[in-house]
Amino acid sequence: MSKDHQAHLSLPANKVPEGRLGMWILIAGELVIFGGLIASYLEFRIRYPQWGEMAAHTSTLIGAINTVVLLCSSYTIVKAHEAAQRLDIHKVMIWMSCTVMGGLIFLVDKSIEYYHEISEGFTFTSPKLQMAGDHVGSLFWSYYYIMTGLHGTHVLVGMTVMIIIMFQIRKGQNLHRVELAGMYWHMVDLIWIFLFPLLYIAK
Amino acid sequence: MDAISHKQSFWTKYIFSTDHKVIGMQYAIMGIIMAGVGGFLAYIFRYNLAFPGAYIPLFGHLSAMQYNAFVTCHGMIMVFWVGMPVLLSSLGNLLIPLMIGTDDMAFPTVNMLSFWIFFVSALVLLSSFFVPGGAFGGGWTMYPPFSAGGYVNKNPAFFKELFSGTSLMILAVALELVAMLMGGINFLVTTINKRAKGMTPFKIPIVVWFINIASVIFMFSVGPLVAGAFMLLFDNVLGTGFYDPARGGDPMLWEHLFWFFGHPEVYVLLLPALGVLAEVFPVFSRKPLFAYKPIVYLALVSAILSVLVWAHHQFVAGIDPRMATFFSIGTILISIPFAGIFLSFMATLWGGSIRFTVPMMWALGFIGLFLIGGLTGLYLGSNAFDIYAHDTYFVVTHFHYTLFPDIFFGFFAAVYFWFPKFTGKTLNSALGKLHFWCTFFFFNGTWFVLFFNGLAGQHRRINDYSDFSLIMKEPYMSFEKFATVCAILLILSQFIFLYNLFTSLAKAKTSVRNPWQSNTLEWLAESPPPHGNFETYPEVYRGPYDYSVPGSTEDFLPQNVPVAHGEAEAIANVQNGITTSTNTI
Repeated sequence: MSKDHQAHLSLPANKVPEGRLGMWILIAGELVIFGGLIASYLEFRIRYPQWGEMAAHTSTLIGAINTVVLLCSSYTIVKAHEAAQRLDIHKVMIWMSCTVMGGLIFLVDKSIEYYHEISEGFTFTSPKLQMAGDHVGSLFWSYYYIMTGLHGTHVLVGMTVMIIIMFQIRKGQNLHRVELAGMYWHMVDLIWIFLFPLLYIAK
Repeated sequence: MDAISHKQSFWTKYIFSTDHKVIGMQYAIMGIIMAGVGGFLAYIFRYNLAFPGAYIPLFGHLSAMQYNAFVTCHGMIMVFWVGMPVLLSSLGNLLIPLMIGTDDMAFPTVNMLSFWIFFVSALVLLSSFFVPGGAFGGGWTMYPPFSAGGYVNKNPAFFKELFSGTSLMILAVALELVAMLMGGINFLVTTINKRAKGMTPFKIPIVVWFINIASVIFMFSVGPLVAGAFMLLFDNVLGTGFYDPARGGDPMLWEHLFWFFGHPEVYVLLLPALGVLAEVFPVFSRKPLFAYKPIVYLALVSAILSVLVWAHHQFVAGIDPRMATFFSIGTILISIPFAGIFLSFMATLWGGSIRFTVPMMWALGFIGLFLIGGLTGLYLGSNAFDIYAHDTYFVVTHFHYTLFPDIFFGFFAAVYFWFPKFTGKTLNSALGKLHFWCTFFFFNGTWFVLFFNGLAGQHRRINDYSDFSLIMKEPYMSFEKFATVCAILLILSQFIFLYNLFTSLAKAKTSVRNPWQSNTLEWLAESPPPHGNFETYPEVYRGPYDYSVPGSTEDFLPQNVPVAHGEAEAIANVQNGITTSTNTI
């Protein structure tokens, strides 16, 4: 089917771009996945006040730095979207690189944090705590790793997708995808805004 | 359209196709194959129930562990690998683009990916039969501690546990859910964005509405289970204690996560099949669908209520009785929207000129059988009765009376109705009727007697009742044998369908576009529709159910026929006439 033939035939009833609509639905689905995790975490958090002692072992400083980094990277992707609307490919590349850098800094911080926690014996299953009989404490770390791990995976996926989109944009293609990447990145940011107080601040 | 002349190789045309019709067919074929597997498992364990320890033809002797695994996998397969693909994915893919008058799905590549993830998930599930220890046998709901290997083995060996029946089943379910999520995004975006010009929301055929509502229910209930499934997998493979009470975890958490999805899932399966009925009834009673808008609203109400009923599966699991009362009330409330939808269907038939075709028979059979399933659901929804009947054959019979008509009668109604459209050939109607009556009688023969077994206390998870002669006294053992014989005949009667399918496919093409004189847009396209569907995109001027419009020469007016001058007045006059005549009476 030739392009103009198609344009003549397709008369969409609705004007929301397909990609944006699909992304909104995907985000809704993702939020329910994290919602289920957060809800079950909260249930245990209320049941076990001693989880506060475990949360004291997480580094609020690194968590706070990461929050700022993610918020800044959300700002840069908004700037990239703005540049994409002006069709300023050079600026899009700069701002998107900043966002990817933000994601990278986040993951490096996270790795440093994981390193410290693991060397203190707090792992996914925390055999040290279990040996000492503190099964409840060990469950906190299971939740900590599954929640931050799933979030970190989303950061990694977002970065990968953005790098792929940057290769397309350099050739002047698919500028509308900057907005889609931005929407996804905001979601990743938003989830972190929930995880940070739950896992780091509430002690 | 140029697309027809596109040279496509066999691989891009039939295997890695992005065409919604091919993907829909792939889902349907995969569903039928998996139904064969599920049916074979049912044959084996039904045989064992009637004749404990006997040699089973085509299989051999069934051990207790195998019995557990087969019952579990039968449930899993029939819900996730038969019901979901044939009702949601297959019908959604085949019908949505054609019925809303467009060329394909919004994201064809995502659509193809969705099918292949589904295909892999089916292979993962089937492979679990062949790993050491066999397939998972702890019930299709996968309750911990049975499903949490870490409970028995606190330091599991990673690779050994990853390739255990339990882990493979969890993995297969997680993959299947991801595939369905991708499909759901596609359905919603396509319906919202790609409708033909003039197709306002209340001109969309009910089946498209219902598939979309089902996709929404699915997408907003499945998330916690995806997270929960990975937690269960980690309990098995890495030895975490999310569901292990000895380590601070809570097995009830899984039950909540599972049923928060699992119960809405019932409506995910029910709504597309009800949508098929809403298409079949007006066509074969030559009458507009009764109460179009209320049906849509009732389905939306049922979607909201569907996430408020899940804990009725857990009345005996130790939940707070006050919570049980709340969920009892919710469960009984949800029957109201479905009763409304059913009564609207009845009212559609009322006074119509009924054409007793094969799809119509399946649709009517659906209504009759589902009524029994739905009404026993009301009993089980009240927790006082559920505590008595829990885990007995009464429950098993109840949900087979809902899911069997839903998945099979709904699917067969759709197959016999749309087969001419998607293949350009016609199924033999005499064989279709034989298939219907055999399925109808043998299904009732299998299940109706088991209501009595359930009330007498037969438990659903016991493979051999020869040691429990106090429970399984006569006539219950005879009922069991009768049910098994009927179940075997039920499975055998499906070969009538397969025979009909293959002989019809071998026949020459008939180029009828609209064999049933139906109104919706898919009948405007060529049979079978080419890649790209329509010659020119249709424009929509009227609702999908304008049958027997007063003053029109034909008794059906397809959606692309412009509204004639004075048509609204003619309809209003007739309606006023009816009102005045009833008033005088």
